[in-house]
Amino acid sequence: MSVATAPNYDLTQRDGLDTSLLEVSMGPHHPSTHGVFRMDVKLDGETVVDLKPVFGYLHRNHEKLAEDMSYLANMPFTDRLDYLNSMTNNWAYALAAEQLVEIEVPERAEYLRVVMSELTRLVNHTCLVGFFINDLGALGTPLLYGFREREKILDLFEEASGARMMCNYFRFGGLRKDVPDGWLDRARKVVDDFPSFLDEYGKLLCENEIILSRTQGIGVLPRDLAVNAGITGPMLRASGVNYDLRKVDAYGIYDRFNFRVPYGEVGDSYDRFMVRMLEMRESLEILKQALEDIPEGPVMGSAPRVFKPKPQEVYGRIEGPKGELGFYLIADGTPKPYRYRVRPPSFINLTVLRDMCLGQKVADAVVILGSIDIVLGEVDR
Amino acid sequence: MSELPHEPVIQQFPDVEWEEAAGALVVPAAKAPEVAQWLHDHNTLALDYCSNVTGVDYLEREVKEKITNDDGQEETVTKTEPGRIDVVYHLYSMRNKTGPLVLKQRTGRDNAEAASLTPVWRSCELQEREIYDLFGVKFTGHPDLRRILMWDEFEGHPMRRDYEEPCDYEWEPTPHGEVLEKHKKGKVIA
Amino acid sequence: MSILGGGIFNGMAVTLKNFVRSYFDKDRLTTKDYAWQPQGKGELPQKAGQYPWKPEETGQLPRRENTTVTNYSRNIPMLLHEGGEQMDAIRCVACQICERECPPQCIYIEKDYDESGKYIKRPAVFDIDISVCMGCQICVEVCPFDAIVMDSQFEFSVPDRFDGLLLHRDDLLKGNDYYHQIHPEEATALDEKRAAEEAAKAAKKKAAAEAAKKKAADEKKEDAQ
Repeated sequence: MSVATAPNYDLTQRDGLDTSLLEVSMGPHHPSTHGVFRMDVKLDGETVVDLKPVFGYLHRNHEKLAEDMSYLANMPFTDRLDYLNSMTNNWAYALAAEQLVEIEVPERAEYLRVVMSELTRLVNHTCLVGFFINDLGALGTPLLYGFREREKILDLFEEASGARMMCNYFRFGGLRKDVPDGWLDRARKVVDDFPSFLDEYGKLLCENEIILSRTQGIGVLPRDLAVNAGITGPMLRASGVNYDLRKVDAYGIYDRFNFRVPYGEVGDSYDRFMVRMLEMRESLEILKQALEDIPEGPVMGSAPRVFKPKPQEVYGRIEGPKGELGFYLIADGTPKPYRYRVRPPSFINLTVLRDMCLGQKVADAVVILGSIDIVLGEVDR
Repeated sequence: MSELPHEPVIQQFPDVEWEEAAGALVVPAAKAPEVAQWLHDHNTLALDYCSNVTGVDYLEREVKEKITNDDGQEETVTKTEPGRIDVVYHLYSMRNKTGPLVLKQRTGRDNAEAASLTPVWRSCELQEREIYDLFGVKFTGHPDLRRILMWDEFEGHPMRRDYEEPCDYEWEPTPHGEVLEKHKKGKVIA
Repeated sequence: MSILGGGIFNGMAVTLKNFVRSYFDKDRLTTKDYAWQPQGKGELPQKAGQYPWKPEETGQLPRRENTTVTNYSRNIPMLLHEGGEQMDAIRCVACQICERECPPQCIYIEKDYDESGKYIKRPAVFDIDISVCMGCQICVEVCPFDAIVMDSQFEFSVPDRFDGLLLHRDDLLKGNDYYHQIHPEEATALDEKRAAEEAAKAAKKKAAAEAAKKKAADEKKEDAQ
């Protein structure tokens, strides 16, 4: 692939016409870039010849702010990292911090954590499938069907924690408070009604010829490149690698549940989309089992009064809906962390954006970006 | 913090040290690409997945240590530890699904340089660019080292511990805080 | 599907089904209609939190039927008093723990001192900048006196961006009965917790008094012997 160097345009002759490469900045304000994300593409006609992702428009230097605040005060800021899945961000941070001190998490809290995390996975995947199909041009209908179901789950979150999106619900050693009476029955009802919605959604989308022809074979990510580039989450599993932290690390009480891990063969955008649709069904399985077995009891273990861990380093990671979300904490004996690092899955999944888009059309670049599933709050922190 | 055995690495490369407090292998920058390639190709360790690359800044500080001096008595000695920047790599194995092995590269704070491990693990590419941007560590051998989260003409490295923010805020009358203090001293553009 | 376009045809059938059913089944509607109107006076408020009007003045709760506000929603904090005259029964003692723990540092407290310079257990100034507050409720969790809880008001539009969104102590003070109306379960749980603590304290005091009486009686007996 030849790349023309700007500013000296190399006019080439093709079919008797003088042409050169067109540089387009699919700039930060764009309805299909999933946040303030910029792609500078060089186009030869409609084929992408070079692509440079530019981000940092939402950089808030969250890691430096966290060095000034106590461990508990950092919890609301983790909500705002990947703002669609606040509960899983909270859990990753709580997991890392619980390794710093010896805390026992009670049974009911563990079950509720799994319930919240799987509900968040449902929320994220309906959002993502909706936005992905929106990028393809189905302007809004599947998106709003997904959001209609998401509203029911957000109502559940509001009753449990007080807020729909920025939940700030997890604490070191358990949860902030127990769910109100009747919440479990309402959750069971939502989980029971979800499969029929998924069937309908699948009928709308999965056999649609437009979606098939626009996503199959687009943005193929080979298996070796995926492992080497540190891709995690549904994107990795779509390329054929069976690596799910819920099975590998078995954090929390995930080893008690019976669920499968879907993975794809080809690694194109259609596989990434289908892996997410199938993961939603597996989440429903986990939710059914968890809501049945949940015991009574307290939801908060005995956390120390002032959280002042001894000097040590920990790395806690979970399988977030977008990939492996990890927190690397260095404690130094003071109530504030010395170094607080977020391992953002969306940021690292963007490493291979250029590789997947070269040689495809511009419209396909939008589809590939949609299938990676980025949220700029996490990419830029 | 590492859960994989570190003894094979030390046997193979005597330059590498093991830091017990952090549970990490400290690798000198000259040897780092070789060690990384060996770890990647090793058939039992098979560390094919680099999960996280972090930079940590330590300022120069005084450390008090209790030692027994020549007379046999205990006394407290103050040592000055020079400032340094650590680049920490968390390595996992996707093939064997095993736990982390932590590598560290150490460099000083002036003219900070480290070896880039991007040729071995592609996932280090964007993360090393972020460490260059926010800490100022130059990675030799990186294919495309430029600023990633701050804009290209930005000066300074924000995550360093001694970074001073430029005094260019627009003043908003919040009830208290550092901005109000600065405004009272007349240092903020109103 | 074996015919080309069969998938699209099935998809259109789903859309049509949702469209028709949405006239009969509220669950199929993708959006909800909120028609909240401010009650009473029509002018723009000068202070955030001025409307919905305080129930002590109008005797009515803020109208919430067509809003998303539930019995569990939280938005900005409020200070509690037991009822009646506000500053008589305020629970806050200006210990400044919430000011320290607030993540975005939006609270500003000054203690109150009487004429001789002694510290009275009340705040003289208690400002919350609600343009900074993110509603994380950490101030509620760390307060040892149950003096600050979360409010679920959401209409804060004011014409002045800075002073209008800085709420002072008197704007933030709300009665315990208002708290019962907006968050019934939480308020009852809090009242029960406080009652249990009072009972435990009273029992301890009684036990200490009885132990002291017993000790005095024993000493008297010894003296007599």
